[in-house]
Formats: sequence, structure tokens, C-alpha cells
Amino acid sequence: MNESTKEILERPLHGVYRWWGDRVFLAVAVILGISIIALGVTMAWVLFREGSMAINEFGVWGFMKGRVWDPGVNFVFGALPFLFGTLVTSIGALAIAFLPAIAIGIFIAEYAPRWLGGIIENLIHLIAAIPSVVIGIWGIFVFAPWMREKVYMPVFLWASENAPSLLPIIGTPIGYGMTTATIILALMIIPYTTALTRDAIRQVPKEQREAAYALGATKWEVIRMAVLPYARGGILSGAILSFGRAIGETMAVAMLIGNKNTFPFSIFGPAATMPSVIINEFREAVGNLHLSSLMAVGLALFVISLIVNLIAAYIIRKHSITGGQAV
Amino acid sequence: MENKVKTENIKSSAMTTTNEIETTVEKKETSRVRMEAKNLTIKYGTNVAVRNLSMPIYNEKVTALVGPSGCGKTTFLRSLNRMHDLTKSAHITGEVLLDGNDIYDPKVNPVTIRRKIGMVFQKPTPFPTMSIYDNVVAGLKLVGIRDRKLLNEVCEIALTQAALFDEVKDRLNAPGGSLSGGQQQRLSIARALAIKPEVILMDEPTSSLDPKSTMKIEDLIVELKKKYSIVIVTHNLAQAARISDYSAFMYLGDLVEYGKTKKMFQNPEDKRTEEYLTGKFG
Repeated sequence: MNESTKEILERPLHGVYRWWGDRVFLAVAVILGISIIALGVTMAWVLFREGSMAINEFGVWGFMKGRVWDPGVNFVFGALPFLFGTLVTSIGALAIAFLPAIAIGIFIAEYAPRWLGGIIENLIHLIAAIPSVVIGIWGIFVFAPWMREKVYMPVFLWASENAPSLLPIIGTPIGYGMTTATIILALMIIPYTTALTRDAIRQVPKEQREAAYALGATKWEVIRMAVLPYARGGILSGAILSFGRAIGETMAVAMLIGNKNTFPFSIFGPAATMPSVIINEFREAVGNLHLSSLMAVGLALFVISLIVNLIAAYIIRKHSITGGQAV
Repeated sequence: MENKVKTENIKSSAMTTTNEIETTVEKKETSRVRMEAKNLTIKYGTNVAVRNLSMPIYNEKVTALVGPSGCGKTTFLRSLNRMHDLTKSAHITGEVLLDGNDIYDPKVNPVTIRRKIGMVFQKPTPFPTMSIYDNVVAGLKLVGIRDRKLLNEVCEIALTQAALFDEVKDRLNAPGGSLSGGQQQRLSIARALAIKPEVILMDEPTSSLDPKSTMKIEDLIVELKKKYSIVIVTHNLAQAARISDYSAFMYLGDLVEYGKTKKMFQNPEDKRTEEYLTGKFG
């Protein structure tokens, strides 16, 4: 039992254990890290390989610009209807959701007493936690019929009497279509935009607020001159990340958009998005070209989502403010 | 209504200020009491931060608040323009008078008080997304002044008073965050001066600055007291001795000693003051 410190330190086994522990941990960390990158790259590569048949057939731009998606008779595939449907529904959803979400975020972070803010936050998290298929089925049986009854039909009837030339733009008021899907999408992204707005507002340093108060600003003036400008990067990138979610949202949109594959669409009438066409057609895609075209749509969706996320990351970095200094 | 009056005030004072800077008129020999704390007690929850404090703040003088960390000097300073209204747990009893009127009177709007009693913080706080120009005139825009000519004029005057104008006159549209730390602090001072306050509170304004910038701010404070009453919290005793006319030594929430700075630093009455000033604790 009278080992000297020197002896303990020189025990070979001890050193070996330490050495192995380090090595194993490093190896695991490196493998996991690399596999994330590998996963992304492989996914892109597989999508590209599987979609290359369609890309070879129509060309990249020919495919993206093609207005016709005809898997039944002519086997011509163009992604423009879905590209357009995705962008219109997502931009529309963001436009509808943006201001209410920011208002709710400001309310939670600045105005609401703690207990009320907590309740609202939990309710919003609850909306985010509802599976999108549940929102979809609610949309099918409740929201879409209601919209048809209260909004689409009255507008349609008014237009058919007073402005028949608008009818092609308005479209058939079946209840399932672009507008319905857009509104449901807006509802689904509000929680994300709200949460990200709230986080951005909470990160504004106390000093900034106090500086504005010390100039004789009222609460709303403090929010306008000190809080919102400081948080604008976070709010903006939050909006873009929500937009990214809207682009990829599949189930509820596929259930409510009506799934019409030809361009152009009408406002109330059915349409389709990139995710909705993939989920609706992959089971029936018997022809190789059809399957390959779906893969190419998937690749386009992948690239667009990637770009949207990169833009959000860029905005966060560009607008991040450190030590009172805008970088 | 109130805004309009304020606008007129700022307009008229902006017209005359340039002359005043040059000639430094109306230096009063006998100072009058500008603000006064009476039996002021400030609690956070049940924790007493300032206990039964009474002291005057003289017009056109610099009053320094000194004492070890946690003695309540910053808490006291922040009570002078109702900044504690923003802290829910803070509870204040007693009176703070500005020209004889209690600023804690329920009829008084804290926003009006903060326009009359400006504040400069420990860390420079320019609004990072605003230009230098917009930072300076931010307070004026709040009261609804949009007249470009007037804003330009006040901006130049305030920056000149803050000894910053020559350094930034060619880049007024650069972001406020692009300045050095010392310049940012002078910008914060210019922003406080632009709304023509009557009293300026400074909470350790030089503690995050290098010696050179500190000296510039100290010179500035001595210059500013010709027109304003200044209350400054400082950890730096030499600074208090250099720039203040009156000093208050606080310890554990109590005002231990108050008097002319010269007298207090040379011949303190209380033993605790003497021990603190000679570095026995702190």
C-alpha cells in the first residue's frame, strides 16, 4: 500500500486506459460528425441519380419551366405547376402569418403578465404539436366546407353576376384549393414565427431598453426604437425559417390543395405543390420517366429548402449585434 | 399639448445655445438646490438597498456618489429619474423633489420626468442600427420634431457639447456602433444632451473606457456643469476628487457623509468615510 506518487503515475495500465478513452471518444465523434455530412451528400446524390433520367429527357430548365405534367397519356413532365404552387402557397402563408406572429411575439415578450404569456406560449406550442394529418382532416371536414360556404361561394356568385371576366381567375369554388391550403399553412407556421420572434426580442439587452426609456420614450416607443431594430435580424431569419417549413409542409397541404397538376391555377381552385405531387403520385408511378420526374421534383425541393436555410443563416450572421456594435 | 410646449422650448434653446457655449454666460455664484431626496428608502422585495436617505443636489454642480460595491449608490441614482418603475420588485418610499415638486407624485408622468432628467449608463448604449445622426436626434424625434433644419442644428450643438463633433462631422451617417468605446460613450452623452435635460445622471460613465477616453469624458463633465446639474456614480475616488463639487459617501444602504468634495476628501467627519477614502476597505 506504500506506492509512491511516481509509481502510481508510471503504472502502464492507467495510461493505456486514458489513451484508449480519448481515442474511442474522438473516433465516435468524428464518425458521427462525418456521417451527418455524408447523409446530406448521399441524399442529394441519390435524388440526382434517380432524377437524372427526367433531367436528361427535358433538360434542367426545360423540366423546371415545363407547364404540363402528364403521366397518363403523353408522358411529358414539367415541374412549373408545383414550383409555382409551392412558392405561392408558402409566400402567401408567410404574408398572412408574419404580422400576427410578430404581434403575438411582442405581446408575449413585452406586454403579457408572466402567467398569461405562459398560457399563450403553451397554446401556441400545442398548435405546433398537432400532427399535420390531423390539421388536414380538420381542414377537409370543417374548414374547407366552411370557407366554401361563407367565402368562396358568395364571391363566386357575386362575380358571376357582376364581373364574369374574373371567373377564370377566381376559379371553381370547390373548397379544396390554393387559398384553403395557404390559410392552413399560415396557421401552421405561426407558432414558429412567433417563437423565433419572441426569442429574438428576449435577446435584446436590458441596456438598450433602458437607454430608450432614459430618453423619455414610452413603452411602445422603446419597442419601436430600441427593441425591434435590435431584434430585426432574428425576426427576419425566423420568418425565413418559417417559410422554409411552409415549403416542405406536405400532408395538410396535399389533403387540402385539391391536387390539380396543370398550370395555371386559379385563386380558389385546386392546385398542387412539390411535396403534394410527390406524396400523391409516388405509389402510382409505374413508368420510369414518371418516377424519375418525381425524384427530380424532390431534388428541386431539396435545393430550394437548402437555399432558404442558407439565406436565413446568412441574415442571422449579418444582423447579429455584438457588444452594441452592428456587424 | 405638452409635446408642443417641449418643442417650443427646444426650438428656442437651440437658437440660443450656440451663443451660450461661446460666451458661457450667467454663472451664478450662489447655487440653488435643484433636486432633493427626502427620507428616501428603496427596497427590492424585502431587501433594503437605500435606507432613509436625504440629500440635496445643487444646480450647476457635479455631485459624486461614492462607496463600495453594493452600497446602494446606483440604486439611489436610478431613483432620481424613476428608472425603478421598470423593475417590478422595487419599492420606493419618501420623496424626490425636482424644483420642489415630488417626481413620485401619482399625477406625474415618468416619461416627462425622464425627459427632464437624462441618464448616461455604464456601458455605452448607442442604438446599433441607427446612424450617429439618428442616435443624437432620437430623443427629439420622440417628441415629434421633424423639422430637418432644427434637427441638424441640435445635432451639431449636442455633438459639440459632447466634444465629439470634430471627430464625426464627416460621417454622421455612419452607424453609431462603428465608433470606438470612448466615442460611443460621448455619443450617448450627446444623445442625452440633445433633449435639453435639466439634470444629467451618470452611472459610472467611464468604467468601461481607457484612460485617455476617461480624461476626455471628465473634461466634458467639468465643461457641462456650467449649464447642467450632474450626478455621477463612480468607483474611482480620484475621479470624484477631480471633477465633483459635492460628494456623498454611501455604505450598506446608508448615506454616511455628504458635503463639499474638498472638505470630505481632506477632512472626513465619519470614521468609515476616512477608512474608505484611505483604502482600508472597499
